[in-house]
Amino acid sequence: MTHIVTKFTRSVPDWRPRVVPVKLEDATPEQLDALKVTPSNTKVSDYVLTLAHDVESLSVRSPLFNAIMYDRGGMSRAERELGALGASMVNHCIYCAAVHADRHAKLARDESVTDELFAKGERADLNPRDRAIFDFSRKAAEAPPTAGPEDIDALRKAGLSGEEIFDLILSSALFGWANRLMHVLGDPVRQKETA
Amino acid sequence: MNLFETTVLRNVGASDDAEVSNAILARAKVLGMTQDAEDAVLRPKDFGAFDHDLRAALAARIAFLAGDEPLAAHYHANSKNYSALTSPSEKGISEGLDEVLSFVDKVANQTKDIAAEDISRLQASGVSDADIVRLCELVAFMAFQTRVIAGLRLMQREAA
Repeated sequence: MTHIVTKFTRSVPDWRPRVVPVKLEDATPEQLDALKVTPSNTKVSDYVLTLAHDVESLSVRSPLFNAIMYDRGGMSRAERELGALGASMVNHCIYCAAVHADRHAKLARDESVTDELFAKGERADLNPRDRAIFDFSRKAAEAPPTAGPEDIDALRKAGLSGEEIFDLILSSALFGWANRLMHVLGDPVRQKETA
Repeated sequence: MNLFETTVLRNVGASDDAEVSNAILARAKVLGMTQDAEDAVLRPKDFGAFDHDLRAALAARIAFLAGDEPLAAHYHANSKNYSALTSPSEKGISEGLDEVLSFVDKVANQTKDIAAEDISRLQASGVSDADIVRLCELVAFMAFQTRVIAGLRLMQREAA
């Protein structure tokens, strides 16, 4: 038995699709290429198999995702994760929030920021730099976006460079994309513990 | 690809500010990939139930709802027979797209409220699972592109 996870957590749940994923045995050569399936690597998640229904989008999104979250320079990886988390909390994507809160905690070697955010949301007690980053990410993710000049001012006052601010814009926006796949196409689930 | 011919930078405009220009150039690869993504999502070879004109109309509608009229006009120009659907007040009933449009509007603007029933309603109206994924990718990409443009405009406004 499984239950749907409805509260923010750093413990990454499973993901159960709401549509039928592509079956690996039925995949086209183009889909297999996008899925990076090789004889030695046949493990593909249900999420990626779901996205394989639109293989052209999947093929361009994966490298874009990696470039925004991992390319060198600009904002630190931990702070990009905070940008991802701000958007994921606005869109209530429990799965994305779990993955990226967990990565933030590991990269920053600090669980207190994400503990605080999950406990108090917008009212979390954060240091000025994290506060400015989280607030910008959250407001940029709202629909329509509400981030304004005052939020850029706050980022500047917290010491962010232009390159860091653009990386934050990109990481928050990227999760505007990812959340609308993960949260819309499936449910975050966990096995019910048996006594 | 000329960076300044991408949809993002054509809508943001060139910057005279060295720091903004340097931030953009530092992520030139990302902006090029964003244009590749627009091509794949808006004008794919395998477009399923949503042809390129309809995709352009949906993109214009989403940009309009995001408050980005210049970007909405960019997509509206390619929406041809579906141009009426670019208006958020249009329900798409005569085109048989009312379920599709209400889903697009909700995924774009009330993302957190999406539930399993929203997907099952689309399935019941005859939209295939592959087309549901295609539709989500379109709305999701537009959420990304509108926010990259909005963010860069804020950076430019600060520098001006």
